[in-house]
Amino acid sequence: MDHPIKRDHSRFRKIIKGKIRENLRKYISKGEMPLPKGDGTYRIPMPSIDIPRFKFGERQQGGMGQGEGQPGDPVDGQQGEGPGKGEAGEGEGKKELEVDLSLQELAQILGDELALPNIEPKGKKTIQSDAKRYTSIGTTGPDSLKHFKRSYKEALKRQVASGTYDAKNPIIIPIRQDFRFRSSDMKTEFENAAVVIYMMDVSGSMGDEQKEIVRTESFWINLWLKSQYKDIVIRYIIHDATAKEVDEETFFRTRESGGTLISSAFKLCRDIIAADYNSADWNIYPFHFSDGDNWSTDDTKICLEILDQEILPSSNVFCYGQVESRYGSGQFYKDLSSHYGETGEKVILSKIKNKDSILDSIKDFLGKGK
Amino acid sequence: MTNFRTRSIDGELQTLKEEIEGYALSAGLDFYPVLFEVCDYDTVNILAAQGGFPSRYPHWRFGMEYDQLSKGYAYGLQKIYEMVVNTNPCYAYLLNANHWVDQKIVMAHVFGHADFFKNNLWFNTTDRKMMDVMANHGTKIRRYMNRFGQDRVEAHIDRVLSLENLLSMDVLFETAELQRRRTDLEKMASDEKEHGQEDDRSQALKSFMRSKERYKEKQEGPAKDEDHGKDEARPMAAATRKLPSKDIMAFLMDYAPLQEWESDVIGILRDEAYYFLPQRMTKIMNEGWASYWHSTIMCTKALAPSEIIDFADHHAGVMAMSRQQLNPYKVGIELFRDIEYRWNTGKFGKDYLECNEMHEKTHWNKNLGQGREKIFQVRRTHNDITFIDEFFTQEFCERQQLFTYKYNPRTGRNEIETRDFQLIKSKLLTSLTNFGQPLIEITEANFENRGELLLHHVHQGVDLDMGFATETMRNIFQLWKRPINLVTKVDDTETLFSFDGKEMRTRAK
Repeated sequence: MDHPIKRDHSRFRKIIKGKIRENLRKYISKGEMPLPKGDGTYRIPMPSIDIPRFKFGERQQGGMGQGEGQPGDPVDGQQGEGPGKGEAGEGEGKKELEVDLSLQELAQILGDELALPNIEPKGKKTIQSDAKRYTSIGTTGPDSLKHFKRSYKEALKRQVASGTYDAKNPIIIPIRQDFRFRSSDMKTEFENAAVVIYMMDVSGSMGDEQKEIVRTESFWINLWLKSQYKDIVIRYIIHDATAKEVDEETFFRTRESGGTLISSAFKLCRDIIAADYNSADWNIYPFHFSDGDNWSTDDTKICLEILDQEILPSSNVFCYGQVESRYGSGQFYKDLSSHYGETGEKVILSKIKNKDSILDSIKDFLGKGK
Repeated sequence: MTNFRTRSIDGELQTLKEEIEGYALSAGLDFYPVLFEVCDYDTVNILAAQGGFPSRYPHWRFGMEYDQLSKGYAYGLQKIYEMVVNTNPCYAYLLNANHWVDQKIVMAHVFGHADFFKNNLWFNTTDRKMMDVMANHGTKIRRYMNRFGQDRVEAHIDRVLSLENLLSMDVLFETAELQRRRTDLEKMASDEKEHGQEDDRSQALKSFMRSKERYKEKQEGPAKDEDHGKDEARPMAAATRKLPSKDIMAFLMDYAPLQEWESDVIGILRDEAYYFLPQRMTKIMNEGWASYWHSTIMCTKALAPSEIIDFADHHAGVMAMSRQQLNPYKVGIELFRDIEYRWNTGKFGKDYLECNEMHEKTHWNKNLGQGREKIFQVRRTHNDITFIDEFFTQEFCERQQLFTYKYNPRTGRNEIETRDFQLIKSKLLTSLTNFGQPLIEITEANFENRGELLLHHVHQGVDLDMGFATETMRNIFQLWKRPINLVTKVDDTETLFSFDGKEMRTRAK
């Protein structure tokens, strides 16, 4: 049995999750992203949820200390750091909470807030994974896996059979061959496979703010897709007039000048799909972000062709996010929407005005459950 | 305690306990029986999160404490060596992973605390059966949760905890006997006023009638349906007679329009808050006294030669001075040692103070040898604020290298402000006043004749954090159900804040 404090603890986690959900819009629009910790959990800084009390303001308070130094010498860390807490009586300094949440929990919060439907995967389950399940019993194993009940049962059986069992004095002593151990069975499971291909226009008109928006949005989209598929592959393509595949770091850093040929990215995307991802087995999610400028109507025509004939038939859904920028005309959105309609089955369009509308845009993309 | 997570010490540790206990007793320490229990770090974190008690009422804040302590331990930032609970018998927890020498230190330290709990006057009225009381509180609140819903009861607890620091130290001197007599007197007075006639029955008869009534109340009290509670506001006149009051929890418990269970929850949380109050008032003394004794016992008796380095390392860690805040262990132990030294040498009193001869003053020694006796006396009668007020001298202040610091908005850092003795002492005393919490009084319960509550912040140089104050007033509003007003100073201007349940209004006064 667990200590009752574990219930208090899960209650606390529930409150925290509620708070995060309440503040999700704020988090996302501020671009504050949970830090992945490497063990599959994410750390989210949040203000303490302490119970409000009458307390002294920090401004006039200052504090006391001991040690060397002349008046005017700093007593704490780095320049510009906030005032330290110092109070002789009761050390109720402000505590910054850091909450660790698993990917599933975080995705759950996002899903609850946006009322996202679960994705219905297509295709066969092709990714093979082996999982150990401790479901059977063996005669060998380490002590830590010893199954006492089974061991004593064996011992009892043996003693009854051999006549050494005395019902008046029921002492059962297991010997070596009585011991039973929990042992594992290998189970092979098949999972759905998914690939996300991000394409982004990095021409001169896409500024830092626009990229920040894309970065935040892609983080949350990845989070959601990761919670839906066991393993996902993420590929990044940047383009101006030409396109190339890059790693994540470069994707968000690169800034080129020059023109924009969206078709270049679409062509590369098509090639990647054709080369690596058989659409019968893979769930494919191409995302394209730009400010809506394209070099020419001819190029737009090529884009639509590639989409219609090659990308769309193999993808689950194609998403286009248009980030508003001062220089962008927004023409590409109009072209796509006149061709596919505002609410196409296979094409989802979303306009992202500013950081505050990231959350709505995520909802646009993922709200269909594709 | 037969708790599956802790077990009583036995074998070597038991022998060690008897040894250390012997040293403590022969040094003159006097304590209730001390029961040591051993547990792992997870359990010690649980216990610490619950204020040392194995069983508390369900509340998320214990979970939050536990979360933080566990992380602190996991990242190696902090470690709890020991915990001791002020009860009779006195429970103390040892971490099973402590070094042998650490266990010694901890035991010696614990006997210091145990002596302090038993002898310091501020602990006179604390309930020594708090283990049971806390467990009963837990049962009671769980029952309320089953009946009224966990969310509802928890929300109420959240509100009441907002008031947890608004306590009156006078209450600590009220023994059960005194408390009974006081309520009797009050009731008598109010009855007479209400009936408008002198009651000519004898005092003894009146008292007898009273106790009969009380008995009847007791019998009938719990039978009342709690759901119907006392919906009507209680007589304002009775409430007003209690004012001004610093015991805000008691006031709301008695006079806010609450249901029976809600008042009961306030009573429960109030009892617990007052139980912890003496510990908050004697942090420096208590830790100083325990440290004085662990150091004395270890250095004169218990320490094996091979353990010297480990002891010194551990002790130095506990005594580390910080430039950002005072270490109560350090200030406390040094002050006790200073007192002992001064009363051994006679460096006190008129003669010494009036001596102007520097040489004579430095080498002052009357060989009084009253040091030990004096510190025993001090640990009996003082609390942190009187302790500092009486014994914090200029020499001590300089030797301890104390300073105050202040936030400098120009550089954005905290900077040393002064090493001036008077300023340091007054700042120290201010920070200890009212156990470091703002002094808030209820002054009117029928403010502007509209049944509103008027609180008064007794301003002592530091403004309130108004963000927190607003949230606190929101919580009080939920209990009182009428607007809450607060008089305080903001930037030297007397200001009246009014919270009407929706928004905060201010006006200069």
